[in-house]
Amino acid sequence: MDQSNTFRSGPDEDGHFGTYGGRFVAETLMPLILDLEEHYAAASRDETFWSEFNDLLKHYVGRPSPLTFAPRITERFGGAKIYFKRDELNHTGAHKINNCIGQILLARRMKKTRIIAETGAGQHGVATATVCARFGMPCTVYMGETDIERQQPNVFRMRLLGAEVRPVRSGTCTLKDAMNEALRDWVANVEDTFYIIGTVAGPHPYPALVRDFQAVIGNEVREQILEAEGRLPDTLVACIGGGSNAMGLFHPFLDDPDVRLIGVEAGGEGVETGRHAASLTAGRPGVLHGNRTYLLQNDDGQINDAHSISAGLDYPGIGPEHAWLHDVGRVEYVSVTDTEALAAFQLCTELEGILPALEPSHALAHVAKLAPDLPADHLLVMNLCGRGDKDVFSVAEALGVEL
Amino acid sequence: MSNRIEARFRRLAEERRAGLVTFVTAGDPNPAESRRILADLPRAGADVIELGMPFSDPMADGPAIQKSSLRALKAGQTLAETLAMVAEFRSGDDATPIVLMGYYNPIFSYGVDRFLEDATGAGVDGLIIVDLPPEADSELCLPARACGIDFIRLATPTTDDRRLPSVLRNASGFLYYVSITGITGTRVGESDVVAGALARIRAHTTLPIAVGFGIRSPEQASRIAETADAVVVGSALVGAVEQAPGNAAAAVSELVEELKAGVLSARRADQGGRP
Repeated sequence: MDQSNTFRSGPDEDGHFGTYGGRFVAETLMPLILDLEEHYAAASRDETFWSEFNDLLKHYVGRPSPLTFAPRITERFGGAKIYFKRDELNHTGAHKINNCIGQILLARRMKKTRIIAETGAGQHGVATATVCARFGMPCTVYMGETDIERQQPNVFRMRLLGAEVRPVRSGTCTLKDAMNEALRDWVANVEDTFYIIGTVAGPHPYPALVRDFQAVIGNEVREQILEAEGRLPDTLVACIGGGSNAMGLFHPFLDDPDVRLIGVEAGGEGVETGRHAASLTAGRPGVLHGNRTYLLQNDDGQINDAHSISAGLDYPGIGPEHAWLHDVGRVEYVSVTDTEALAAFQLCTELEGILPALEPSHALAHVAKLAPDLPADHLLVMNLCGRGDKDVFSVAEALGVEL
Repeated sequence: MSNRIEARFRRLAEERRAGLVTFVTAGDPNPAESRRILADLPRAGADVIELGMPFSDPMADGPAIQKSSLRALKAGQTLAETLAMVAEFRSGDDATPIVLMGYYNPIFSYGVDRFLEDATGAGVDGLIIVDLPPEADSELCLPARACGIDFIRLATPTTDDRRLPSVLRNASGFLYYVSITGITGTRVGESDVVAGALARIRAHTTLPIAVGFGIRSPEQASRIAETADAVVVGSALVGAVEQAPGNAAAAVSELVEELKAGVLSARRADQGGRP
């Protein structure tokens, strides 16, 4: 397929997906970003890098994760045949570990001796702390104070894994502020520190390399659905905060025009209320955290607070490749509310015996709207990208249950 | 339009002294007091004024400037208001250069063409946009220079000889040497290390070099003024605003006077070692 007919050739050499992406960082970081780009380009051409990556995914993460038919959910919705991609069964309980394995291997190639990361829900923080324990590297995780409160189990896990969790008290004390603080740490410790970004955002080459590490999700789905059904799926659905699980699922299918791709943003209390995290649905293009993308912002270009019951989706931006796929119309982006996600969380638990994280509960809430109107031979794959154990306290609180 | 930055550095060279560059955040602690602070700066000793355009997510700034940005935003500061402040200042002072410093998103949101038109009209002389490296020159640097507004570059200890040429390619006005790798206001570079870095950079450019990040006291200002063309003080001044919000203009003026005395006391090689 030639370049003009593919959705998979981005980014260009300056890190642009259409007009999105790029490298909007302070001069102190530029030499590092360029260095990382060089090392990643070399690593991605190096078979030994990928064989080490794949070996760790298989024997440490437990991949491939199953593609599971969901019989009772399918029956309840009464339409499309629904499959779950079970990335919640990965070691550490979410898709985040795929990317962390890739980045820590890069950090080792670059002879870096210290790892930093930002985290929202804590899944990326736990995954980063895990690979740091596995490779014996010191790890500092920045986490907003608000998120620390609502994700206590993950905070404790990170500490058990030997990571230092630094509470972030600036701004709104959530994911975007944790990212600001991680960038400040990086600027101050450029010599020895590698920043493991948790999603397909940030300055080039992060959006591309995180996508490449997460693409294992979509590549496996392709193989598994061919084996199970003998053909490609009709629809793929994934939730989106920064968008790494969705990009990992979608990317291998971008050039299959018959596969419908749907990203589900967090609608919080409803997009019309202004208290949400739906950057594509209700934001506009701007520049933050090293890239141009859709952002929640006011008329003066100040970044608005995001809101979601799910800490992992509580981010006012989105990966630049999603921004581009939105504009060119290859992927549809929708949003569901906190309440809808909660209902889906309970439904999945009751009907399938799977406790999903609140993040993929958003994807399932959209599947609930979509599936009933689709025929029984319509193959729908939803990325169940994380498990819900970390969310039981938030869910209990939302349901008015005291634990 | 006369170039105020060039004229000011020419005069400093003639007087054989380093300049004092003062950073304050527009709208901090509130619009009225901020206007007073700005108006008093030249009298107190500022040779060049850097005026911060507040941003909700100042990634490269330390706690003092972060807080100052949030104070200003809370008090209702907008980019339009910042430009109006500059225009008002300019009606009473046509000589002191004003450099707007901040992050790209508020300008991108305002619209680059509209911003440059309004900034030119208000009497802005230069821009320092922290998150626009040379790789992004087509965004704002080149359009700004086409309007006669200088685009001031930051160089840092990580800007090695390989990288310097691209940093300097479209730089104008002066070069801002960030004396540490880190965020604003946290540490200060050792003066002999700074002197070495300046010598290295001067082999690549004739632009005047201002040195900043972490300079708080008249003594530190004096040491940096021995070799730099100008000394930048920011976090210490916004810290003074934080300490005395009701009386910020007087507190800032007093600190600027002390810092200026420090700068003027520097023993400079081009004065034959005599202050």
